Amino acid sequence: MSKESTYIPKSGFSKWFDQRLPLPRMLHDNINAFPTPRNLNYWYTFGGILTFCLVTQIVTGIVLAMHYTADAGLAFASVEHIMRNVNYGWLIRYIHAVGASMFFLAVYVHIFRGLYYGSYKAPREILWILGVVIYLLMVITAFMGYVLPWGQMSFWGATVITNLFSVIPVVGTTITEWLWGGFAVDNATLKRFFSLHYLMPFMIFGVVILHIWSLHVTGNNNPVGVSVKEKQDTVPFAPYYTVKDAFSLVCFLILFAWFIFFNPNILGHTDNYIMADPLVTPAHIVPEWYLLPFYAILRAIPSKLGGVLVMGAAIAILFILPWLDTSKVRSATFRPLYKQFYWIFVVNCIALGYLGSQNPEGLFLVASRICTAYYFIHFLLVLPILGLVEKPKPIPESITKAVLEKMEIRNMKEKSAEA
Amino acid sequence: MFKLSGYNFKFCILFQIIFVLFFSVSAFAAGEQKRVQKHDWTFAGIFGHYDDAQLQRGFQVYREVCSSCHSMNYVYYRNLAEEGGPGFTVEEVKVIASEDMIIDGPDDYGEMFERPGKPSDTFVSPYANQNEARASNGGAYPPDFSVLAKARSTLRGFPWWFVDLFTGYQEQGVDYIYALLNGYSEPPEDFILQSGMHYNEYYPGNQIAMGQPLYEESVEYADGTVASVEQMAEDVSAFMMWAAEPKLEIRKQMGFKVAIFLFVLAGLLYYSKKKIWARIEH
Repeated sequence: MSKESTYIPKSGFSKWFDQRLPLPRMLHDNINAFPTPRNLNYWYTFGGILTFCLVTQIVTGIVLAMHYTADAGLAFASVEHIMRNVNYGWLIRYIHAVGASMFFLAVYVHIFRGLYYGSYKAPREILWILGVVIYLLMVITAFMGYVLPWGQMSFWGATVITNLFSVIPVVGTTITEWLWGGFAVDNATLKRFFSLHYLMPFMIFGVVILHIWSLHVTGNNNPVGVSVKEKQDTVPFAPYYTVKDAFSLVCFLILFAWFIFFNPNILGHTDNYIMADPLVTPAHIVPEWYLLPFYAILRAIPSKLGGVLVMGAAIAILFILPWLDTSKVRSATFRPLYKQFYWIFVVNCIALGYLGSQNPEGLFLVASRICTAYYFIHFLLVLPILGLVEKPKPIPESITKAVLEKMEIRNMKEKSAEA
Repeated sequence: MFKLSGYNFKFCILFQIIFVLFFSVSAFAAGEQKRVQKHDWTFAGIFGHYDDAQLQRGFQVYREVCSSCHSMNYVYYRNLAEEGGPGFTVEEVKVIASEDMIIDGPDDYGEMFERPGKPSDTFVSPYANQNEARASNGGAYPPDFSVLAKARSTLRGFPWWFVDLFTGYQEQGVDYIYALLNGYSEPPEDFILQSGMHYNEYYPGNQIAMGQPLYEESVEYADGTVASVEQMAEDVSAFMMWAAEPKLEIRKQMGFKVAIFLFVLAGLLYYSKKKIWARIEH
């Protein structure tokens, strides 16, 4: 996309400033005037929602860190101190805890929107890969954050996950002990997890900047998947998308507030209100809901090393997705077969999540093996083959044409309804 | 919005029905533990608030019965007079605190000493440490009550755990405690009870180290309420919920204000959006 700056400095000072540091120009061109396809629907507002989530987590996290004590003997009590004695500590902690879940809810909507509209396809491969990097960093950050309250699920979750590294041949045990800073999950582990949990959101922030930069080079994808061809295909980001994003964000905040104020503990495990005890293993060790699909994949494989590799592959495969999908058509709207397989894939992921919360035995184990196999079949067989055999529907010439056509159909319907 | 053609939609629904059937059948195969019933609590739901008189009775049960074995290390005497709590006055709390002896120190000579409690102290613990607690209770550690109502749950199963997300049912823990306190009975004939253990139909595995703690008239309520086992169990469960979630009332009240604000803001933004987008065809 051509990037002619439309910024005109108004005052003498802004002229002077612009010649020395064109920051206002950069913000103007990238936020106010940024040409955005005119047909983006509400599924495209989740990028803004995610930015809000990241900032919320960082701000509440900084405040929590002022009162939290990263020490195996004191961490649990310090969280209760925040809940009981710190002014509005309960609110800040619940925002942070519920915020993690909301962050993942939003990121899953964002990812699945990308999958539906083919947002990973050329020329947006780097944009997609940066997104996967952000997701991976989010998973690691969330896992470490969950360890900090030092409840039973914190401790045993940390034990299960860090033990996964012990399957690496030859050096596995050494690496695990190096991660622990000792011979078990203990004080040293908690302290380093706290330190890294504080660091990683800023790394995420950095990659988010690259993600947005890449987005602003290629421009947005859109629901019809046709590239922007002329000026009338786009509208300036402000006010059209600032107001749309803001409305969507506030709707999302209503759900967010529901959980903070009326259901704050339902998304967490009750065992995490029991202080960590290395001598008592909980009946079921489960991760938070947003990691359950990967947990199901991990336990579906009979060998420990195999489970770890396959679980890793489940995320790694997303990096090469742009080259696995052989179809040139981006949007599922014009791909009748892909659309069906897309929804099967969605149901398969939800099923994996449910299976991750159940004991891997009997029918559950069989089901998780089938779903795990299907997860990879979708990427390795369905996507490459579909592109070759599928006959796409006719694709609109331009975004504007698609919009006008849609309007005509809507107007006709309204007229026939009146008549 | 995603558009689903009729065929697609049926396909998805069919898929989901198969899954739901499959999982609900397997969920029923779990455990002998009796299912905990939902109890009616004043603090449940979006308008939930604590019943001061009930919390005061519950505190009396805790103090006269439970506190001989169970600590409450994160709760301060001063909390009893705080907003959203049992509604004791500051003066009453001073008296309540002073009735307990606290070990403080070291003093200027390096000695520990006993003194009457102050509102700024945490509830006095029945045991000096976990080892003493275990030694006095046949090896079983009586758990701390501070957050216990949030640390227990009941098996909800599909689809209830999903429904709970949107009904705001957060009383699984306190329902379990109430059921447990009423769940003591003679074991069935074929049940092998280990020595020193007690039969409880709601406890996982049905064998609990704690003997039945509440009997008719275990306490004499100051407000004249008849102290039946159910009544005391209900009162102390409510008190434990307050101890675990002392900001519940403030939280729910604030939630309402936030919700009203967000709905109004959403409405304003919706019409702003409509107006701005009316400038172009979309």
